[in-house]
Amino acid sequence: MDWEPLLLTFKLALVTTLLLLVISIPLAYWLAYTKSRIKPVLETLVSMPLVLPPTVLGFYLLIAFSPSNTFGNWLNEYFGLQLIFSFEGLVIASILYSLPFMVHPIQAGFSNLSSTIIEASYVLGKSKIITLFKVLLPNIKPSLLTGIVLAFAHTIGEFGVVLMIGGNMPGKTKVASIAIYDEVESLNYDAANWYSLILFIITFSILLIVYLVNGGYLKRFWK
Amino acid sequence: MIHIALQKKLTAANGTMLLDININIEQGKLVTLYGESGAGKTSIFRIIAGLLHADKGIITVHQNTWLDTDKGICLKPQQRKIGFVFQEYALFPNMTVKENLLFALEKGQDRQIIKELIDIIELGELQNRKPKNLSGGQKQRVALARAMVRKPEILMLDEPLSALDTKMRAKLQDYILKIHKQFNLTTLLISHEIGEVIKMSDHIFSIKNGKVVKQGKPIDVFSTKQVSGKFQFSGEIIEIKKEDVIYVITILIGANFVKIVADETEAQTMAIGDKVIVASKAFNPLLQKIN
Repeated sequence: MDWEPLLLTFKLALVTTLLLLVISIPLAYWLAYTKSRIKPVLETLVSMPLVLPPTVLGFYLLIAFSPSNTFGNWLNEYFGLQLIFSFEGLVIASILYSLPFMVHPIQAGFSNLSSTIIEASYVLGKSKIITLFKVLLPNIKPSLLTGIVLAFAHTIGEFGVVLMIGGNMPGKTKVASIAIYDEVESLNYDAANWYSLILFIITFSILLIVYLVNGGYLKRFWK
Repeated sequence: MIHIALQKKLTAANGTMLLDININIEQGKLVTLYGESGAGKTSIFRIIAGLLHADKGIITVHQNTWLDTDKGICLKPQQRKIGFVFQEYALFPNMTVKENLLFALEKGQDRQIIKELIDIIELGELQNRKPKNLSGGQKQRVALARAMVRKPEILMLDEPLSALDTKMRAKLQDYILKIHKQFNLTTLLISHEIGEVIKMSDHIFSIKNGKVVKQGKPIDVFSTKQVSGKFQFSGEIIEIKKEDVIYVITILIGANFVKIVADETEAQTMAIGDKVIVASKAFNPLLQKIN
């Protein structure tokens, strides 16, 4: 069996999750505390990947990133970035596709915190940034963990977006979910079964760990 | 001297209400805002702290301007030197008692103050506990200590004791008075417990519908005419009972019941739940209704 698609899948999920975390914390913070009128619009956009067929997202990204288009051409000329049929393109598509899975738990975490602890930090002379890192984030650890794991697992499970924008290039864009499809197409059920089984076990374990940690089972066990 | 003049439209449960106050507070005094809930006391506090914006207003604290809407001055909460104790404690759940206090330190501030506060407020045994493992009274003591770390000019207490039982209240009141004197603070307190107000305050502003309706020394504010009592307590009427030609009125003072005899005309002006002052001149205790 070829391990490359599996390794590529986890590399993609890892990079995507890390970048998503950096993007989602400020975004979720803004969504949780803003009184701006454009909030509903932004919330809708963030949630769109939940309901939109992945192929729609993939299709538009494919059009946008295509070098024959202005935007794709500009990316190519100024940054030397070719985003279709490349790993970088997959990362960007995955970030968009998994955005709600990271933003929603973090936003809910912020919203559920009592606003008086934020005010308490302000009247103690602490800036918004210090309050965010020392007070808010440490108190929403379960939400952060949920966001990280859901985004990671969701990226592992994506298929449509990847297929549209990445194609099926071994070592570059051929992730596990595509490899499974590929093997089934060539009637190679044995290999397809192995990929599937490995994905099944890994995603099950990851989710189980989240529920164990957030449910406090591990703490009780250690005590 | 602290000068506070504020105007703000508030949306209350029964329509809008205009908060409109103009008060002066002497330095070093313990001053209470007294009034029913919804009267605007907490909003006044939040505006002083910079957590809420006034429509129009001026706040000057010892010659420093904190707020002047005409000149466009409005210091951020971070820039106002206040100690704020919230009704619901607002301790940081991720930090231990000691870490809560350490968090409040300013850059380069001497840590000595933490030790001092832990001693004064007797937090020694609790310092490594997380807030979730503390009782209400303990949490409030930590909140009080934390508010003092920056050595604020004004200490503000928003109904700090309302969730505590009578015994714990008395103890906390003593801690607050101790801190108030020791650090030579100007302290603002919100309370609607007459007993507490009378025990603690130098001066009272009685607030109703966003306006100051009465102010002065506690006893002046609460009694309609001056009583020169030898002793006096405030309490609440629990029971009014007719016995033959007289009435026996039972009053709860602190945790004690007191029975006092009243004649019919007196008894008719009283109702269960009324706040009263029990005072005695020479032999017979006097009863007087307080607003």
